[in-house]
Amino acid sequence: MSSTESKQPVTPATAPQDERIQRVSLWKRALNRPELGALAGAVLVLSFFIVASSGTGMFTPAGIINFLEVAAQLGIIATAAALLMIGGEFDLSIGSMIGLAGILIAIPAVEYGWPLWAAILLAFSCAALVGWINGNLVNKTGLPSFIVTLGFLFILRGLAIGISRLLTGRTQVGGVQAHIPGDWFAALFSGEVATGLFTWMAANGWMATNFAGNPVVSGIPVSIVWWLGLTALATWVLLCTPYGNWIFASGGDANAARNSGVPVHRVKISLFMFTAFSATIFACIQVMDTGSADTIRGMLKELEAIIAVVIGGALLTGGYGSAIGAALGALIFGMVQMGIFYTGVNTDWFQVFLGVMLLVAVLFNNYMRKKAMEAK
Amino acid sequence: MTTRTPMIEMRSVSKHFGSVIALSDISMQVYSGEVMCLLGDNGAGKSTLIKTLSGVHQPTLGEMLLDGKPARFKSPAYALDAGIATVFQDLAMVPLMSITRNFFMGREPTVGWGPLKRIDWKYADRVAKEEMAKIGIDVRDPSQPVGTLSGGERQCVAIARAVYFGAKVLILDEPTSALGVKQASVVLRYIAKARADGLAVIFITHNVHHAYPVADAFTLLSRGGSLGSFRKEEVSREEVLNMMAGGAELESLDAELAEFQRGDKAKKASLAEQDTQPSNETSSTEPPSPRTASGY
Repeated sequence: MSSTESKQPVTPATAPQDERIQRVSLWKRALNRPELGALAGAVLVLSFFIVASSGTGMFTPAGIINFLEVAAQLGIIATAAALLMIGGEFDLSIGSMIGLAGILIAIPAVEYGWPLWAAILLAFSCAALVGWINGNLVNKTGLPSFIVTLGFLFILRGLAIGISRLLTGRTQVGGVQAHIPGDWFAALFSGEVATGLFTWMAANGWMATNFAGNPVVSGIPVSIVWWLGLTALATWVLLCTPYGNWIFASGGDANAARNSGVPVHRVKISLFMFTAFSATIFACIQVMDTGSADTIRGMLKELEAIIAVVIGGALLTGGYGSAIGAALGALIFGMVQMGIFYTGVNTDWFQVFLGVMLLVAVLFNNYMRKKAMEAK
Repeated sequence: MTTRTPMIEMRSVSKHFGSVIALSDISMQVYSGEVMCLLGDNGAGKSTLIKTLSGVHQPTLGEMLLDGKPARFKSPAYALDAGIATVFQDLAMVPLMSITRNFFMGREPTVGWGPLKRIDWKYADRVAKEEMAKIGIDVRDPSQPVGTLSGGERQCVAIARAVYFGAKVLILDEPTSALGVKQASVVLRYIAKARADGLAVIFITHNVHHAYPVADAFTLLSRGGSLGSFRKEEVSREEVLNMMAGGAELESLDAELAEFQRGDKAKKASLAEQDTQPSNETSSTEPPSPRTASGY
């Protein structure tokens, strides 16, 4: 029954203009979008730091790339966390998965001479397995995903440390950098794009150059491209595809979804696999960027991702939220983290700010959802 | 009537859960274009019966025939594929999702191909609006959340969805129980419409006043067994009510009510006497109200 010509169109029962519909203004429509709060927050934070950090270099091209890169790294995992949360589940094992994936890339490449692409594929395969196990455990046991993935938070972290110590005797593995050049797969996770554009801009005097005559910003870091790409993909999936509808349905009311023929279990397993994938993408970018892997990488990232998603307007109980919101949440996160650094405020206060922002976001979201549920 | 094949038929169906006999020896025929009302008090086995019909449970004994052919459903999905749509009390709706998203949940119409396959929102919105208009509910904006609809409207979305997706047998679990009079009448009108469209409707309720106007036949359940099926011509509303609630209980209730009424009347009378004594004017401004006195 999915073809469009399955039913004949019926007579239009209502006149096109219904007197009970008042023209809903764009503003009112926007109020019903989950990401509105995050957008308002982003504008607020942006304007605050434009004033507070004027003259410090935060909003020079280099500074902008700086905080965008912080936002991008978080945004990559936040996108996946957003889809999962809309689907009604949590994944607390994202951070540990980042640590484990980094180890799985670095050790085979550095210690055993694997080509980097093979090591990256190994990491992705393991991520798929972890996501599959997470999803199946949640589905089969009916336990809250909070508990299941909390278990995996420790299991994966322990595995990362254990494997690393067992095979190398250390918890840090360096020297990945030497393997990057010429590896087609690693190229996807390293370096910058649009370097030509920036060189051209510098040549035309539109961008400052350093002492060597190179542009101060040599290109857009690949993490930002991944972030924007994943956000666009997730938004398209949520808004335009049947699978997106299933995600909303699974999170909104799993029982109702199942009774309507939605494969709720398959949806949830795939979402857990996607969060593990996103953690691995994060790990790839980080390992290529720093040239090393460390077993403690990614700590607390799962919570930061959840903060970004919630600031972005998603409901903790599922069924409501957006990927664009999560991206805005990550942007706020990046701006605040770097902004505090630039404005010279003691960075100790960053976490206070983060916690307050989370609470405000949740309160605002609850209020907005109540509004949305009232007849417009 | 006897020459027609029932759309769905149960033959001596029993369902046991361990030592509990939830249904015993139920037989029932429902024809296309008819409404069969399933009546029974709490615990009579109505829920077990519809869950058996919709594939949630499998009968322990007996058989079911769909359009004359034996049918056995392993899960609700099989029953759905066979054209048996059940609207459970929870309606299988997600309040936070839009009407259109709910209407097409699990069966989204798509356009495009391959990785570009996407939901045809224009078509979906139009169909949702039209299907709702058919049953007399004018949806202002199909993208509004289902949570903003009233209970009766939600019920109608659920039924409209079942009908739109080609149900031959429509099972409605207490569709009017939580509704006000006006909303219930909307749902009842829609049930009548579904019947006119040739569906076999099984309407579960314990409200005879809702059941009687739309029903063609009644099956009465009591304590897991059937008290029999009756055509509407054969029984009156009072008889159905009597059978359903157990005549004795209703009679004793009647007696009790009569007792209250007598007390009421006596009180009214004494009050009226007191009122009339001081002055005649006050009593004339307060006309006697027979409606309250009779206590309907």
